Amino acid sequence: MDHLDRLEAESIYILREAYSKFSKIAMLWSIGKDSTVLLWLVKKAFFGHCPFPLIHIDTTYKIPEMIKYRDKLAKEYNLDLIVHINEEALKQGMGPEKGRLVCCKALKTDALQQVINKYKFEALILGIRRDEEGSRSKERFFSLRNEDSEWDYTNQPPEFWNQFNTDFPKGSHVRVHPLLNWTEIDIWMYIKRENIPVIDLYFAKNGKRYRSLGCAPCTFPVESNATTIDDIIEELKNTKINERAGRAQDQEDAYAMQKLRKEGYM
Amino acid sequence: MTARELLKIVVVGHVDHGKSTIIGRLLYDTKSVPEAAIERVKRICKEKGRPFEYAYLLDALEEEQKQGITIDTTQIKFSTPKRDYLIIDAPGHKEFLKNMISGAANAEAALLVIDAAEGVQEQSKRHAYILSLLGIQKVYVIVNKMDMIGFSEEKFKEIKYEISSFLDKLNVYPQKYIPVSAFLGENITRKSDKMPWYKGEPLLEALDLFEKDKELEDKPLRFPIQDVYKFDQRRIIAGRLESGRLKAGDEIKILPEGKVSKVKSIEFWPENNNKNEVMAGMSVGITIEDEFFNKRGEIIVHKDDNTLYVSDTFRANLFWLGKKNLVRNKTYKLKLVTQETECEIISIDKVIDATTLETIENANEVRTNDVAEVTIKTKEKICFDEFKANSSTGRFVLVDGYDVSGGGIVAGLADLKEEVTKLVKEDIEMVVSCFDEYYYLLPEGIIRKYSNHPRTFKVGDAVPIEGETYSYPDSFDIIDLNKKLIAKIRKGCLSDLINLDGYTYSELPIITADGFYVKVNSVEEFKNFKAELVQLNEKDNFFLTMFANNWFDISKNRTFKFGI
Repeated sequence: MDHLDRLEAESIYILREAYSKFSKIAMLWSIGKDSTVLLWLVKKAFFGHCPFPLIHIDTTYKIPEMIKYRDKLAKEYNLDLIVHINEEALKQGMGPEKGRLVCCKALKTDALQQVINKYKFEALILGIRRDEEGSRSKERFFSLRNEDSEWDYTNQPPEFWNQFNTDFPKGSHVRVHPLLNWTEIDIWMYIKRENIPVIDLYFAKNGKRYRSLGCAPCTFPVESNATTIDDIIEELKNTKINERAGRAQDQEDAYAMQKLRKEGYM
Repeated sequence: MTARELLKIVVVGHVDHGKSTIIGRLLYDTKSVPEAAIERVKRICKEKGRPFEYAYLLDALEEEQKQGITIDTTQIKFSTPKRDYLIIDAPGHKEFLKNMISGAANAEAALLVIDAAEGVQEQSKRHAYILSLLGIQKVYVIVNKMDMIGFSEEKFKEIKYEISSFLDKLNVYPQKYIPVSAFLGENITRKSDKMPWYKGEPLLEALDLFEKDKELEDKPLRFPIQDVYKFDQRRIIAGRLESGRLKAGDEIKILPEGKVSKVKSIEFWPENNNKNEVMAGMSVGITIEDEFFNKRGEIIVHKDDNTLYVSDTFRANLFWLGKKNLVRNKTYKLKLVTQETECEIISIDKVIDATTLETIENANEVRTNDVAEVTIKTKEKICFDEFKANSSTGRFVLVDGYDVSGGGIVAGLADLKEEVTKLVKEDIEMVVSCFDEYYYLLPEGIIRKYSNHPRTFKVGDAVPIEGETYSYPDSFDIIDLNKKLIAKIRKGCLSDLINLDGYTYSELPIITADGFYVKVNSVEEFKNFKAELVQLNEKDNFFLTMFANNWFDISKNRTFKFGI
């Protein structure tokens, strides 16, 4: 088994554990490269099926191509897709001009919480990776949140030998992270190997490409001439730029992501 | 394309001895971290008015940076031309021991970091003990902060002596001792000219010298069922192969019940993922020929494999991290691969203070952060291996309430009395192993005794005189050398059990309770044999061996078969 085989086998094992342990479960699909790889792994784990709904948290500020791609793939894969928007916050005028962290909290974190409450999901599967950002590097595969989805990162249960914490008090909520051990390069090497369809915003046009996708007002393309997957892999091997350099909310505060994630951000 | 080797290394040691700094330095010097991360650390250090802190490359949480401690484990990838590494940074702080174990449990090798000025401290000992308990044998000791002791060879030797004499007691034998200064980068990626007396490799080169273990794919098949899916017309058994290999057409046995079937197909998605054979580490799906009811927790092995234990009691070494102490006769949940069952600790055989290594006498409980040898009884029979034979199926966790609170490795079957065959008459009892089978296990190169149906035979019961690896006549006598008892087997049944003193040689063959033929053919020979036996001091192994070689024929009624 090579390195990608090992990552694939581990992620599939975790997906199957999650599916076996929780009766109300869903997967978060952000349309980006990681959660699209995760969707592919779900189809592998369950032999061509996707036995739980996918959730897309739509802030209404997403890059329009993302929504088009989402609807196309959902139809092609015959997905049970839940699209949720925090209408209430939008009515009250929420938007990035109110402050990026405030906006992220309302349109993403709070919106996510609304879906969880509405459908009473016990657990959510997310495509976060350790190498994306410092606070994500500290995550567990099965990560307990309290009723308000808050994360107590200073007191996480031990997790070893693939024996995950799967017993929880009533009312708690669990985040499952099958891609924790993958890196950005692994994701692209896997996309290439498996020939997974990804959105073409990742490929360079006029000397710029997106490395990480988010909302249009807060996500900026980085300089790049990578027009193919091979170009991207080569670029990543040599880059000095952080993956989330184009994500404005990260730059607001040295510990911005940690603060957002503690409150339930993905 | 050949797969690149991956080695997982955990870095452990006392708080403040420099674990994160060593890793940070290693990453920095080999340019394994993006410039952006370095810029971020530079900015944070500047804001705080302190010199560049290599540890911040790993300790990303705000609390970690402010207090200068590692709270939780981090994993970082890193490569040399030889292979890839996953470096696991484990917290040294006592409160975060459970995070340290989470990190260490997944490692294949370890670096034990000791501060040259402080020497061996409480957590150094505890961590070393946990390494030995987790079965991690590839260990280097890194003596850090050599700059604080003036790069002195003499002091390095003193520290090395102190550490090695401690580690000896734990049966941890480090392969190397490397003096470094992580802060200054001495002996990290390049040889230090400040320590010319050190003839070994710098840390980076030394890492490449760790040798990886034999892969699990060469061991007997262990395929625990994770789930059974029926999304379409197929009924797929899903799970990960913990060891061994499997292909369509293989004859299999599903334990603990032992149902036998055949692999019909290996299932996959998408179409071009077709695999003929699957092996250890892979998450797979299969269909089988017989439509049995299968469920999570059952373990699939090859049909003729008798090496997986099925029992409800076993001995274990465990470490306890629970909020409440571990006590006897309380119900915990035990998880071993995909099996889950309630269990109790029926005896606490030994509790060790992991810091002093002193045994706590007559312990009734195991405190948080202590380690212990215990005997566990599960509510239902479960399948397992000894950790030595198969690490994946030889380890388990205990759940107290909602928390994974302890982990352990299987040391062996428990309470021999329950697993042995006995011959009894009223209050006389003879333990015999002459009806056990002996297999030579090809992959491991060892002989294992397999007790097929441990049971108790009373007078009048038929005994199994014909087995796979033994064959006795219809009528013979069995002698128990220790207890000086004789069992009379007549026409395949146990007819009597008496003391040796009341026995007269009956001219029937005699075998020992272990199943060895006794070379006695006449009353005269029996008299000599008995006289020597009575004089035999059972504790003197030399004379016992002489006696056995003289009187026993080891292969007369017995043979070994090859087993898997």
